[in-house]
Amino acid sequence: MSQPGANAVWVIGVTFGVAFLLAIFPLPQWLAVARPDWVALVLIYWVVALPQRVGIFIAFLVGILLDVLEGAALGQNALAFALVAFLALILYQRLRVFNLGQQAAVVLMLLSLNQLLGQWVQNLTSSGADTLLFLMPALVGALLWPLVLVLLRSVRRHYRVS
Amino acid sequence: MTGVLALTLIFADVRFNQMAATRATLSNAAYPFYWLVDLPARLSSWSSQILVTRSTLLEENAHLRSESQLLQGKMLQMAALRAENLRLRALLNSSALVQDDVLVAELIGVTPDPARHQVVLNKGTDDGVFVGQPLLDADGLMGQVIEAGNASSRVLLITDATHALPVQVNRNGVRAIAEGVGRLDVVELRHVASTTDIEVGDLLVTSGLGRRFPVGYPVATVIEVTRDPGQPFAVVKARPNAALNRSRHVLLVFKQSVAD
Repeated sequence: MSQPGANAVWVIGVTFGVAFLLAIFPLPQWLAVARPDWVALVLIYWVVALPQRVGIFIAFLVGILLDVLEGAALGQNALAFALVAFLALILYQRLRVFNLGQQAAVVLMLLSLNQLLGQWVQNLTSSGADTLLFLMPALVGALLWPLVLVLLRSVRRHYRVS
Repeated sequence: MTGVLALTLIFADVRFNQMAATRATLSNAAYPFYWLVDLPARLSSWSSQILVTRSTLLEENAHLRSESQLLQGKMLQMAALRAENLRLRALLNSSALVQDDVLVAELIGVTPDPARHQVVLNKGTDDGVFVGQPLLDADGLMGQVIEAGNASSRVLLITDATHALPVQVNRNGVRAIAEGVGRLDVVELRHVASTTDIEVGDLLVTSGLGRRFPVGYPVATVIEVTRDPGQPFAVVKARPNAALNRSRHVLLVFKQSVAD
């Protein structure tokens, strides 16, 4: 499938699809608390790698689908993802020259904001968390960032997504 | 722009409940994901059904046969009791209780957010599922349908922090409201006066007062009653009878007649 010069945009869709599957994969209760936000990680990667392709609107659509999958209030993840994509669009030039550790720190900030916005919306329906444990997915996500980056970069290069 | 759109959506959904139809439509897009994620579980259960020795099957067959005979014996008595019950109800001029119809469904997904207690079923509006439909497993009430797509539906469990249902104590008919607290093994009874006759071990059944759940299905068993003189109400905790985190085969109930 990787003929030279092809801009295989479908690969982006496939990676999001895999992220959705990981996001709803059943986990035991104690592990589910620390489930990283896979979709947000993939989103950040694509915004940083291809800011002209994946932006705020794509983030919004992806968020709506995740809302439906999670049974969250419609727009909860859409709002958070739109903000994350917006910040990533501002930061992408700096992110690209950062080393992995610095990148992970920025990703931690973005993912934490994502979780925080989600908590605000959940508190509207009084089903929010009452401890700081809700930041756990952001922490695990940031630790996994180098892995996601290397994996998605090799996918992008292999299929020449541009 | 998108932020405002998202906020509008959130408020339309959370505050005004306006997005039910949209959600139902969109849930059709979510169904393939749940179907895919559930595939390994289905494959493993399929293979464990196919790869069984003959002796195990024979053993199971014998076991099931004896159980079926036992249940049939109990049913004989049940028929007589039902007839008697109908006669007595007729004497009291109250409407007859008609047996409820059920549809067997399979659980294909659990919501990933540990703060929400929802499950996804493999039956939707194509099979007649409707919003508000009660869900049972073999041991008791599990929850109610809150979103019905064409081929799948989403169920809110009775232990979710946003769920409450009217119950009564099976022993003496005392009524109460059972509320979820966000833990899978506990529901709490709200506003039970300290002098109420309720004890550890009491079975709570649906009272049918909310007109959502049919009467008489077991909900939970009381496991703790704390009567603190300093508090206006007793704290009553109960454990749901249904295996909320284990059941895979579940029953959707169709009410056939209004039973009062």
